[in-house]
Amino acid sequence: MGMTMTQKVLAAHAGLDSVKAGDLIMADLDMVLGNDITSPVAINEFNKAGFDSVFDGSKISMVMDHFAPNKDIKAATQCKQCRDFCSELGVKNFFDVGDMGVEHAILPEKGLVAPGDLVIGADSHTCTYGALGAFSTGVGSTDMAAGMATGKAWFKVPSALKFNITGKLNKWVSGKDVILHIIGMIGVDGALYKSMEFSGEGLKNLTMEDRLCMANMAIEAGAKNGIFAVDEVTLDFVKDKVSKEFKVYESDADAEYEKVYNIDLSQIKPTVSFPHLPENAKTFDEFGDIKIDQVVIGSCTNGRIEDLRAAAEILKGKTVAKGVRCIVIPATQKIYLQAMEEGLLKIFIDARCAVSTPTCGPCLGGHMGILAKGERAVATTNRNFVGRMGHPESEVYLASPAVAAASAVTGKISQPSEIM
Amino acid sequence: MNMKAQGKVHKYGDNVDTDVIIPARYLNTADHKELASHCMEDIDIDFVKKVNKGDIMVAEANFGCGSSREHAPIAIKESGISCVIAKTFARIFYRNAINIGLPIIECPQAAENISDGDEVEIDFDSGVITNKTKGETYKGQPFPEFIKNIINKNGLLNSIKG
Repeated sequence: MGMTMTQKVLAAHAGLDSVKAGDLIMADLDMVLGNDITSPVAINEFNKAGFDSVFDGSKISMVMDHFAPNKDIKAATQCKQCRDFCSELGVKNFFDVGDMGVEHAILPEKGLVAPGDLVIGADSHTCTYGALGAFSTGVGSTDMAAGMATGKAWFKVPSALKFNITGKLNKWVSGKDVILHIIGMIGVDGALYKSMEFSGEGLKNLTMEDRLCMANMAIEAGAKNGIFAVDEVTLDFVKDKVSKEFKVYESDADAEYEKVYNIDLSQIKPTVSFPHLPENAKTFDEFGDIKIDQVVIGSCTNGRIEDLRAAAEILKGKTVAKGVRCIVIPATQKIYLQAMEEGLLKIFIDARCAVSTPTCGPCLGGHMGILAKGERAVATTNRNFVGRMGHPESEVYLASPAVAAASAVTGKISQPSEIM
Repeated sequence: MNMKAQGKVHKYGDNVDTDVIIPARYLNTADHKELASHCMEDIDIDFVKKVNKGDIMVAEANFGCGSSREHAPIAIKESGISCVIAKTFARIFYRNAINIGLPIIECPQAAENISDGDEVEIDFDSGVITNKTKGETYKGQPFPEFIKNIINKNGLLNSIKG
């Protein structure tokens, strides 16, 4: 029996010729990631266990993004603990205010993840790097601590679901709509413990932004990882970013899949996931007027330049509806600068949006846009759980940057075609 | 290892996510006691008042979905819960619970039949769950040897130190 690309990456990093679903393996890590919330717990465990050195300072990244710029004294203390640890133990990839970005946007941008890599991160959206053909998965702080100390982690080899992509997306439809549609179809535990593998002739029509967004939300279907077949789009993206040698893995023709889903991109419509689960996906013919109080455009899911361009195209020359707050958060400093140079920030500010320095901020109800009781937001983020963006009785509707921008203009959940 | 747990059940439904187990607004600390003082706050405001040491949490499918925050199993363990039984667990929560030494067990039959307030005993070696209130037993999935080894050595970091 052949192997999926995920199984091949795992086998190679465990020094094995082959693995099969269910095998428990110990594998070498190419990158260990943490943020300002999960790293302090990892550092405490690392110290408690008596470790005094890291396996390789160039293969560890810490990004101060969740509650940074520091939202309060406790958050400042946590960031300081990370800063001191990285400085003392020689962790090279420490991203602090001024050069940081949202972790899953900045690592690919800096070329810190390559196709075929094995990455763990103490953040559930670490699965984002599957867009580059890497195996990457979210873990907890203890795994991060062990990874920092030994460069290894244990894994149970996953089985896989295959998503055979065909066709081409219509105008105003993006990777976000595709992944919300898929999660709506298979449910929040539809891929539990499994790989979601995306391949097929339609892949060439998905940009790297589309892929990063889709792989990012694999966890919202319960998946262990999301992974894209490597093609010209991938190689073009990494060519001036990744300096090391890397290996491209392809799934075998006889690899085993528990199920194969056919996804025709041309059939995907603008999609919104209703509270309080990402699987509550609806298209616009399934609901009426829903008034909103806030719009958030940003996050590790949708804070990249193409996302900001889509939002700006809609907001250009228009104004955010009275009574609605629209917060735009470029995901990294580089994206922020690019948006400035392209004139996108002027479009946002002219439209009465607030533009923020990179941060995860409101996505997890941290800071920079918390909801009051009874308030409703449309967000390009990845979760709409109870209390996710603030008060337990507030609501988050997940959507693409285009839908979020259109909704900001009308003050109700709207698709771009209503105003363009 | 012959580990057992016994206690009164706190029962929840499907898709209990880590944001309701420990809301992000409390993640500006890693202090176990402070985290435990807000455990389950957004889904069951009275949980911290009614939980007693040794109690057992039972839930339906996909328990612990969402964020990778280890603060979630830490808050549950520190609150006094001795074991979580669910129909299925989200994978990162499953890993985290093992790594920090919070016993968990997958058992659809138990998740279906156990009610809030039942008195339940769990034998981790055999995977047998006994519902003393209802006089029923359910067979859960015992841990594979690989994972038992981590638990026997009192968590992942101790196990890798040898």
